[in-house]
Amino acid sequence: MKVIYFAWVRERVGKAEETVDPPPSVRTINDLIQWLVGRGEEYAHAFEKPVVRAAIDHIHVKLDASIVGAGEIAFFPPMTGG
Amino acid sequence: MTIPITIRLQQDDFDVSHEIRALTHGRIDIGAVVTFSGICRGGAEGGVITALTLEHYPGMADAEIRRHVDQAIARWPLTGVTIIHRYGHVVPGDNIVLVLTTSAHRQAAFQGAEFLMDYLKVDAPFWKSEQRLQRTSWVDHHHRDADAIARWNAT
Repeated sequence: MKVIYFAWVRERVGKAEETVDPPPSVRTINDLIQWLVGRGEEYAHAFEKPVVRAAIDHIHVKLDASIVGAGEIAFFPPMTGG
Repeated sequence: MTIPITIRLQQDDFDVSHEIRALTHGRIDIGAVVTFSGICRGGAEGGVITALTLEHYPGMADAEIRRHVDQAIARWPLTGVTIIHRYGHVVPGDNIVLVLTTSAHRQAAFQGAEFLMDYLKVDAPFWKSEQRLQRTSWVDHHHRDADAIARWNAT
């Protein structure tokens, strides 16, 4: 699945997007965050503040949402537009 | 009934009077137009801002705005909506966002515009980074923005 990052989450991870292939035990957004955090310090840094939001295929989701069948998952800080 | 809805995300500036004309020209069903323009401030809590960079999530930003426009139309008798949000580089004094709503009477237009702007602040995927004289930093979100939408859910 494709994972994309925005704003300071992108800066901390060090990339705008990547394709990942987590094991089947990774079933929710929270699972995915924990799995990403286990991959390196940059991810631990990006997700250390408990404010990061997520979207699946352009729809806001909560952290316990299932990622089964997800095409594009986005992580980003609280929004500051307008 | 379908009403004219325009949603644009763009780097370029917009002209408020041109957008009002585009939405209202030739129509006799409109009794009220409400315009909200959001403008880049030159100074906030932390001192002088020299520029803002607005990042957005293409695809989702349009979809999220559209979702709230549909909610506003379902809730108030609006006869037209235009929303423009800029991204990229802006400097103090520049336009950032435009919300235009029209209706037969003012209440729907006022409330629809305020509802749309409140939700746009907290749900539309845009992020501002501020350039100051010595440093650049991401703007922190405001709890008052999240609080502002609570009233739309009361009753």
